[in-house]
Amino acid sequence: MGEYVLEMLNVSKAFPGVQALDGVTLRVRPGSVHALMGENGAGKSTLMKCLIGINSMDEGTIILRGEEVNFPDTITALNSGVSMIHQELNPIPLRSISDNLWVGREPRKGKFVLDKKKMYEDSKALLAQVGMDDDPEVLVGTLTVAKQQMIEIAKAVSYDADVIIMDEPTSSLTDSETDKLFEIIRRLRDEGKAIIYISHKMDEIFEICDEATVFRDGKYVGTDFIKNLTTESLIKMMVGRELDAMFPKIDCEIGEPILKVENLSSPGWFADVSFELHRGEILGFAGLVGAGRTEVMETIFGMREKSGGSIYKDGEELDITCPSDAIDNKIGMLTEDRRKTGIVPVSSVLDNISIANIKSYVGPAHVLNHKKMSEEAAEYGSKLSIKTPTWKTPIASLSGGNQQKVLVARWLLTDPDVLIVDEPTRGIDVGAKSEIHSIITNLAAEGKGIIMISSEMPEVMGMADRIIVMHEGRMTGIVDRKDFTQEHIMELAALPTEKVR
Amino acid sequence: MTENTHVIKSGKEKKSFGAWASDNSMWVILIGLIVIMCIATLIKGGAFFLTYTNISNIFQSEVGPGLLAMGVMFVIISKGIDLSMGSVVSLASVISGAFAQDVAYSARIFKSGLVVHGFIALIIGLAVGCIVGLINGSLVAYTKIHPFIATLGTMSAGRGFALLFTQGNPVSQLNKDFTQFGATNYLGGKLHSNVLIFILIALIAWFILNQTRFGRNIYAIGGNQEAARVAGVKVEKNLVAIYAWCGTMCGLAAVLTAGRTGSANPTLGLNWELDGIAAATIGGISQNGGVGKVSGCIAGILILGILKSALIYLGVSSYYQEIVKGIIIVVAVVLDNRKMMGKQA
Repeated sequence: MGEYVLEMLNVSKAFPGVQALDGVTLRVRPGSVHALMGENGAGKSTLMKCLIGINSMDEGTIILRGEEVNFPDTITALNSGVSMIHQELNPIPLRSISDNLWVGREPRKGKFVLDKKKMYEDSKALLAQVGMDDDPEVLVGTLTVAKQQMIEIAKAVSYDADVIIMDEPTSSLTDSETDKLFEIIRRLRDEGKAIIYISHKMDEIFEICDEATVFRDGKYVGTDFIKNLTTESLIKMMVGRELDAMFPKIDCEIGEPILKVENLSSPGWFADVSFELHRGEILGFAGLVGAGRTEVMETIFGMREKSGGSIYKDGEELDITCPSDAIDNKIGMLTEDRRKTGIVPVSSVLDNISIANIKSYVGPAHVLNHKKMSEEAAEYGSKLSIKTPTWKTPIASLSGGNQQKVLVARWLLTDPDVLIVDEPTRGIDVGAKSEIHSIITNLAAEGKGIIMISSEMPEVMGMADRIIVMHEGRMTGIVDRKDFTQEHIMELAALPTEKVR
Repeated sequence: MTENTHVIKSGKEKKSFGAWASDNSMWVILIGLIVIMCIATLIKGGAFFLTYTNISNIFQSEVGPGLLAMGVMFVIISKGIDLSMGSVVSLASVISGAFAQDVAYSARIFKSGLVVHGFIALIIGLAVGCIVGLINGSLVAYTKIHPFIATLGTMSAGRGFALLFTQGNPVSQLNKDFTQFGATNYLGGKLHSNVLIFILIALIAWFILNQTRFGRNIYAIGGNQEAARVAGVKVEKNLVAIYAWCGTMCGLAAVLTAGRTGSANPTLGLNWELDGIAAATIGGISQNGGVGKVSGCIAGILILGILKSALIYLGVSSYYQEIVKGIIIVVAVVLDNRKMMGKQA
């Protein structure tokens, strides 16, 4: 077999208008975890799609276990021992866990009849392997995103593949679930399997990976062992320059309270949430996935019905029943799930920017002032340096980071007093991440109130003035910036101790 | 990002013919169809196909389904569907027609024998369509049932009401002040009133979709309903308005067709909803929602109309029409999907 289990040599792939891959090379050793790194749009996903047969490459050679291969589709790739866990989950929500695990290869008695018993037991065993004890008969749609992710991982493991590709596997996992995943990865590695690990999270790369290959703009930059690398040198390879401080906190005057929430409740989700947000303040919300942070914000923004409590802005009580009420009261919200509640994929970048502010452009006789609308949208788009071929391009063809910047531009255009950002940098590359951080900080410096939910501890600690920690729908503490330590916040997030306040 | 050299190109770019053709494949199909028909008729030795009278006749006969296509296009862009259109046409035609008959006839339906001016009857027709549309829209928006089911219900009920109301009889002998909307000729028979009204409606539809907030909302709702809601679009109210527009178009089609044919009929508009949906679909209005243009929809209407009359003109059995129509619908959508796939890659 030689030194490498998988070699991808001089792979090139062009899409209309973009050279996505330009002669890149990736060599993966058996029994090792290989990080594939680069900013969004660097070509990591495209290379993996070429490998498993979703895309066909224009040029290049793929050698698997010493033999040249070129998979026409994912099923052939799977049967040859290459499986991939995609970043975007594609579960079948109304089917059970075991149906999802074995779809397309259900164990059968004879040719047609399902072997339900074997399916159930195999599922149970497989779930145990990834540390889950859920009943295989439970519908996948009722599980948390994190559990759905673990099911994807279990599925990939079950193929007994030699090469497992994991694309941002931890983006929806909590720290303890991530630890569990790492355990599984280490076990797979020790069994001699090769894992290609795509992630933007530096600490994970250094914790779990043995080797790293970096791409930039579709070109190969280099490969090295992790032990020879540092965060700084990796980032430098990825972006081709030193990155400015990741969390550019600007100290600014914290002004009078702008938003006040009292005893907000929603049975089954959260209870008795009270806090005050001041002008110029970034108020962080920390907690584990499922702590109810998103639900609180969705309630404030009118996406959910509240059952109790009140919301005041500038001293006046608000009656918000839908997002458009919130927008009328100058509250904006960058939601957690960009695809589901953010972008309108087939619409243009321009339409996606202007949609939340469209009422400002309604002229006499309900005619839209297109000129003003495009000019202002383009102005904000340029300000955030959104990379797009034209403003009329459908937003779906932009990279994740650029889509996110379009959504930020959407909310900036409405000129909100209060902006809620929910996981604002999830799944986007380092460069775009730091840009979004500085946009948020500047907004606070302009005297707006910012609420930021983030599951990335360094992010929320780097940006926030205060952090509210939640656990299972209740606030477990409010921490001031001077008291920020990861341990303290984690403790509040993980343990339902006595309420601090 | 480090460099933003290739960041922004604002304003209009020049498009090549190829790009135009790929964006407007239905117009290419339409032109191709016309050319083929011209050649076919020449070979056959018949009269030349592309005459003003022929084209005008095609327009006239397609106004009914064409208006339905203009209506349902809003619905399809919003990722919905309206199956009740044909039934609404029959219901609106018999109700408005009943008000526009000589007393003797209307007494059969209204004991009191109420007759109103044709214009009021027109408004009644539009109102009937609008009301059914409001019902459809409310069902879709507030009960969250699938539009296919909601409008399947009103489709059945609507036709039932029309039959009940007339006891299955046609409503004929319509007054002239009512039929004038669908049966007036201008310029010595060169321009027909219902064609004129259709053109007006097409312009209004274009205006709504492109120049108003409502239009932008329709695209956003179809593209991603939840994202539209979060961005402040009042999804429910807009949905009701979308279905109401579609219903109103059915009402208008009913009045014009009743006027043109001289009688209202509870079986009028049978299967028209399918023609309307087919025209919109051929015109590139995707069932996946969020995309579609008025120009495409018009091309779709004309493709179906020209196909129908050209085949008759060529003496092809009418049974073949349906087969050819079916093929064209599927081919048009396949082509359209390929285009979309190319864009996303």
